[in-house]
Amino acid sequence: MTVEIKSGTAEREATAAAIVRVLAGDTQLFHDLIRPVERAVYGMLFMLLRSETDAEDVAQETFIKIYRNLHNFRGDAKFSTWVLSIARNEGLGWLRKRSSRPEEPLEPVLDESSGDFTPALLTDWREVPPEALERKELRACLCRAIMNLPPIYREVVQLREIDELDVQETAEVLGITQGSVKVRLHRARIMLQKELVPVLKGFAPVTKRSWFGRRV
Amino acid sequence: MKIDCRHVWQHISAYIDGDVDAALRSEIDRHLEHCEICSAVMDSTRNVVVLVADDRVFEIPSGFSERLHRRLDAVLATGSPGS
Repeated sequence: MTVEIKSGTAEREATAAAIVRVLAGDTQLFHDLIRPVERAVYGMLFMLLRSETDAEDVAQETFIKIYRNLHNFRGDAKFSTWVLSIARNEGLGWLRKRSSRPEEPLEPVLDESSGDFTPALLTDWREVPPEALERKELRACLCRAIMNLPPIYREVVQLREIDELDVQETAEVLGITQGSVKVRLHRARIMLQKELVPVLKGFAPVTKRSWFGRRV
Repeated sequence: MKIDCRHVWQHISAYIDGDVDAALRSEIDRHLEHCEICSAVMDSTRNVVVLVADDRVFEIPSGFSERLHRRLDAVLATGSPGS
């Protein structure tokens, strides 16, 4: 724990120092500064815009905006959290501009108390190991299931599960409470379980059956 | 406190994240020991969480980073931010 906190502080200090240097004219350092967050920015925008080319275009615009507004970074948030908040705003702005396209509501579609978030019920589960992800069909099934989630759940999956932000950082990026992050993540996980359980069964390793029909 | 299946489902996500207090955790553990449905629901949800988080699921378009940094080079060449 202490090591993590230390490395977190060291990382923050290194980022702060790099920003000072960029602002002082060592502009090439900006390339290194953003490399660790490139993937997360693209992912966030892909979840919002659901198009690879749009996500890439808006990601480029986002990083240009970040460069031009670097002096506004205060350091009270993590650099990655600040960057992701800007990316999300850029993505939302882009969606608003494209009014000819049917927009998805980003407001919660269900309030806290309604909705059926009951998992798929089963009596036996055979683990699908991560090696199974070598199969393109499995990756496609997972992508589809995530992309079919309502947007407010999709973005929480991206930030918490894929980018591995903690609850507080996720709440900062989305501008919601930590409690809401937990509720949304819980619902997203249940929806994914419900959707994916029937599909994933086909990707579990084949087990041998004994003469009596029991798995061995 | 004895908990039922529905109660366990409400805490699946928090349980996976280690975000339940010790008393609730031991209640859930006790329930999972004898309830094969909740046990399978928990295992499958955990499995889904691990798979979804894998970097291989969403691929970044090939050449994304190169194109981004090329574009940035042109912007960086114009000088320091805000200048």
